[in-house]
Amino acid sequence: MQRYILRRLLTLIPTLLGISIIVFLVMRLIPGDTISAMIGTQFKLTDAQAQALRAYFGLDKSLPEQYWGWLTAALQGNFGVSVRSGRSVLQEILSRFPLTFELALLATLIAVTVGIPIGLLSAARRGTLLDLGARSFALLGMALPSFLVGTLIIYFLSARLHILPNAGNYVSLWDDPLKNLTQMFFPALTLGLAFSASVMRTTRSAMLEQLNSDYLRTARAKGLPERMIVRRHALRNALIPIITIVGFEAGYLFGGAVIVEDVFALPGVGRLLLNAISQRDYALVQGTVIFIAFIFVLVNLLADIAYTFANPRIRYE
Amino acid sequence: MSNLPVSDARGTTPLPEKSRRKGVFARLLRNWSGLVGLVLVSGYVFVALFAGFLAPYPPNAQHAVDRLQPPSSTYLLGTDEFGRDILSRVIFGAQNSLKVALSSVAIATLLGGALGMGAGYLGGAADNVTMRVVDLLFAFPAILLALFISAVLGPGERNTIIAISIVYLPIFARVTRASVLNVKDSDYVDAARSMGARDSRIIRWHILPNALAPIIVQISLALSWAILTEASLSFLGLGVVPPAPSWGAMLSEGRVLMELAPWTVFMPGVAIVVAILGFNLLGDGLRDVLDPKL
Repeated sequence: MQRYILRRLLTLIPTLLGISIIVFLVMRLIPGDTISAMIGTQFKLTDAQAQALRAYFGLDKSLPEQYWGWLTAALQGNFGVSVRSGRSVLQEILSRFPLTFELALLATLIAVTVGIPIGLLSAARRGTLLDLGARSFALLGMALPSFLVGTLIIYFLSARLHILPNAGNYVSLWDDPLKNLTQMFFPALTLGLAFSASVMRTTRSAMLEQLNSDYLRTARAKGLPERMIVRRHALRNALIPIITIVGFEAGYLFGGAVIVEDVFALPGVGRLLLNAISQRDYALVQGTVIFIAFIFVLVNLLADIAYTFANPRIRYE
Repeated sequence: MSNLPVSDARGTTPLPEKSRRKGVFARLLRNWSGLVGLVLVSGYVFVALFAGFLAPYPPNAQHAVDRLQPPSSTYLLGTDEFGRDILSRVIFGAQNSLKVALSSVAIATLLGGALGMGAGYLGGAADNVTMRVVDLLFAFPAILLALFISAVLGPGERNTIIAISIVYLPIFARVTRASVLNVKDSDYVDAARSMGARDSRIIRWHILPNALAPIIVQISLALSWAILTEASLSFLGLGVVPPAPSWGAMLSEGRVLMELAPWTVFMPGVAIVVAILGFNLLGDGLRDVLDPKL
């Protein structure tokens, strides 16, 4: 197992290199001149000035040389400086990350606490009205875009109930846990809705598969109570696909957080990215995209490892 | 087991092409998800195709005296802050989202499908290199990659299409490759080869028809995701350029005035959900009908 984990960690290296190459190449697709994209069009530069700037930023070198220079700097934690704030890109991202992480964690918690029980009930009462309701919930949950859910939640909170927990001034979890959680609850609910729908679907189908299996017939035949059958036998085996889906979908929350943070005006990494995009702060855009992709890959790796723990039948040698 | 052709669930009895298609369609109509999905999708496509006939006003016509009117007999779904008719904009929004979704999924299917087909059929180094590159695109959450590409290229319909097709290309490459591998070693392909059929003929007449089922299912789900992504990008101001009627952009513009005029937000929202739900249900139905193993 340790060797397997180590090997998986090593596969991170080519993946991260690949991510950096893709991001680096896509950044070169920015239309127009990089220098004028960087400093804006309000300044008129002479050719000599532009040339000097180009040399200063190493833009006169070949593409592989540019990549190498950028990569070696990035490996030392230097992702450049945000043109707008003057702070280092890494510093900007790290200061925003706790919020995004909390958001994703809460969304996962909501997805699991909502999705698994509903999925279990729906499988146990297959074909009933309850099952139908649960399945409709899953279908709708997957078809509702997060920006719509978030917008509607804000509408009902502010226009109908006249409460709006986060009117712009966000407090961190450490400063005021209770206030923070009231601020984070609805964003996390928004982010976790589609997730809980897919957890529910997976739980339901995994349980149905287990409940129809031969070994459960044996368990029933020897007279075990149904409650015991469900808990001890079916649920335990159904957990494997559930863990898999939770692990892999959790990574996507870091992408989805961009939209939710925008809707609820939360100062996380996603909003940082959107601001950087609208301000054409390209070093920050580049750093943020690489960072989110890195977290995504890392979460997927953890999901993989959790999966091997949950499923002892699989041996990774 | 692995040699069974994926799409032909009813055994190996060779049926004329037409009757087999009809069978799939008839079974789709008897499948609950398939039927509802088909109805919703048909409605959406109908509205998109005939937007010009159905919409009571041009989508960008501003009625200066009738700003933010609630739904009435003149404006069935009300007007927005520029006095534009919401119903007309929702109808033309269907056209906009269908155009973006169809083009991007078509590009992703053709390019990704060709890559996956080549990789799966040729195998070896070609397979390895193609799939490693494709894998790299999976290292990004889909919405982040779409956002990043459209941020770099700039907003606009064409760039939104490019962004969405790049994100979905690797998925089609993977599905096609898996599907091709599944049928490549089957007896009927061996038989065709032993009879001297060329690669192009084997691919066109033996592999492609039998590898198609999972790809068709994927196309339906991809369309749903493409509609969602177009709306999300436009919501964030990175999709189509205003005043083009995009459901996502309408929602984004409407949310500022939501307390005053909630109808500016509700109708585009309903439209998005119906379109996404339709393609999801259709995808589920197609999977049930085409691929009973799943």
